[in-house]
Amino acid sequence: MPPTNPPTRAHRASNATFRILPLGDAALTIEFGNEINSEINSRVVAFATTVFDQHWQGIHDIVPTYRSVTVHFDPLQWDSATLTKRLKILPRQEPGQAEPQGIFHEIPVLYGGKWGQDLEEVATFAGLQPAEAIALHASVPYRVYMLGFSPGFPYLGLVPEQLAMPRRATPRTKVPAGSVGIADRQTGIYPTTTPGGWQIIGRTPISMYRKTRTNPFLLKPGDRVRFKPIVRDVFDQLSRETET
Amino acid sequence: MTELQPVEILVIKGGWLTTVQDLGRFGHQHDGVSVSGVMDSFATIVANRLVGNPDQAAVLELTLKGPELQFEQDAVIAITGADLAPTLDGRRLPMWERMLILRGSRLRFGVPQAGARTYLSIAGGIEVPPVLGSRSTHWASDTGGLQGKPLKPGDILHGGKPGPLINQHVGTGLPIPLRPRYERTVSLRIIPGPQDDFFAKHSIKALTETTYTVSPQSDRMGYRLAGPKIIRKDSEQFISDGTAMGALQVPPDGQPILLMADRQTTGGYPKIAVVISADLLLAAQLAPGDHIRFVLCTVAQAQRLVRMQRAQLDAELSPCDGQSQQMVPLSHHESISILRVSK
Repeated sequence: MPPTNPPTRAHRASNATFRILPLGDAALTIEFGNEINSEINSRVVAFATTVFDQHWQGIHDIVPTYRSVTVHFDPLQWDSATLTKRLKILPRQEPGQAEPQGIFHEIPVLYGGKWGQDLEEVATFAGLQPAEAIALHASVPYRVYMLGFSPGFPYLGLVPEQLAMPRRATPRTKVPAGSVGIADRQTGIYPTTTPGGWQIIGRTPISMYRKTRTNPFLLKPGDRVRFKPIVRDVFDQLSRETET
Repeated sequence: MTELQPVEILVIKGGWLTTVQDLGRFGHQHDGVSVSGVMDSFATIVANRLVGNPDQAAVLELTLKGPELQFEQDAVIAITGADLAPTLDGRRLPMWERMLILRGSRLRFGVPQAGARTYLSIAGGIEVPPVLGSRSTHWASDTGGLQGKPLKPGDILHGGKPGPLINQHVGTGLPIPLRPRYERTVSLRIIPGPQDDFFAKHSIKALTETTYTVSPQSDRMGYRLAGPKIIRKDSEQFISDGTAMGALQVPPDGQPILLMADRQTTGGYPKIAVVISADLLLAAQLAPGDHIRFVLCTVAQAQRLVRMQRAQLDAELSPCDGQSQQMVPLSHHESISILRVSK
């Protein structure tokens, strides 16, 4: 992180480790900061897990994001004041405290061609040859910061600065399932075919969303991902295995 | 006495946007799974209770132009929400009441009288395989309902096993004072936050002093509103966080978007305020061209209002959980509207 950030709300609230904000009368957002970094996200993931582990009746959803947790509750069973009190006394991970390691995943990707139509543009943006851009994207481990946008869509980071190309000016109406994209310092994988504006650099044959499984989503916040470049034959073979 | 069998309904016409929905797919927002579900949960709960279903049974949500449905078995149904002028073999059907539909009859809808979304419940609920604990259709991800899609001609809907009808002391309909009145201009109460401090000083005040119009770019995901611009205070970066039904998110063009049932779980625009739960039944019934006035409310007030709203409903029409209720066989229930249509 650059040492001289402009003053943000996170700084203003720096004495508290979080602040609790109303999201209407049926949800609270617990904010741990206002930037994307693994330390804040680690506290987010730990807190979401702690809230989940309480198994409180009338709590519908606990949604960790980059830097906050949203707790959705039934307003017939909870009021915000009571829930706020209960949340404040829960144990939480302090800044700097080591976090439990998530699961490590190696995700095979066929880069470029019709599978990654924007690879050339991303390489040009980075001032690299396509092969160098691939090597750079696959060179670092990424953290799963959150899932959102569509079922099982992981927001991974941080993409090396050089590759951090912004979203496309006009989103595509159809991005195929398995597509690996870049948007600024985030990289992600489209679990299903949806519209999308990210720069698509490749495709994985591994399914993020296995609809028929009891636990259908491959990735969880806090997990680690490294991409492994593969060739066409391996892609085809893995695709066949995924289908069966 | 009549023993009701699980019903089969043939879809002759799908209507403009008719989907299978329940109260929503909760518990998976952390996986990026949209809650979806009905837009108007009040009308849905009433429709379900009228036919003896649990609140979370799946119903049909109709939008502005209703479908045409052929009943292959006798069925007990209720129609609530927007009045889309339903008729059964040409005869006008009442709203907010329980009815017996005889096999072979055809249900059609006409011109919307008030509101935008109608709920059709069937005793036994609509049987589609639950996905992640819910039968709701989320079209954007092809999840739930009938293969994740709206109804189309040739589809067949199956009802579940009807539960015993439950005697309500008021008879078969929702008392008129409890029926919402859908207007073209509505007041929606809002709670400021969570990011009201991202906007210029008097933004909340400005928001409540004018009228916004629901634009044609509105759907189950959200309504784009047209009206005075809401100005961001500075260019401070906003990082995606959790969304909620009724949240007013503000993109850079300053025109707020009111997030509805099919919203994404997280969003990249700050949210200046959120419509209170008790007023979502009015928000759900808005159509393009309708107008909204926003009125300030506190969290404590909002939570009192939603509890009061539910208590009033429970007093007239209690939940049908199959417990501690007096069961009355259908044919002995004097006040049921029996519509015998000669063929």
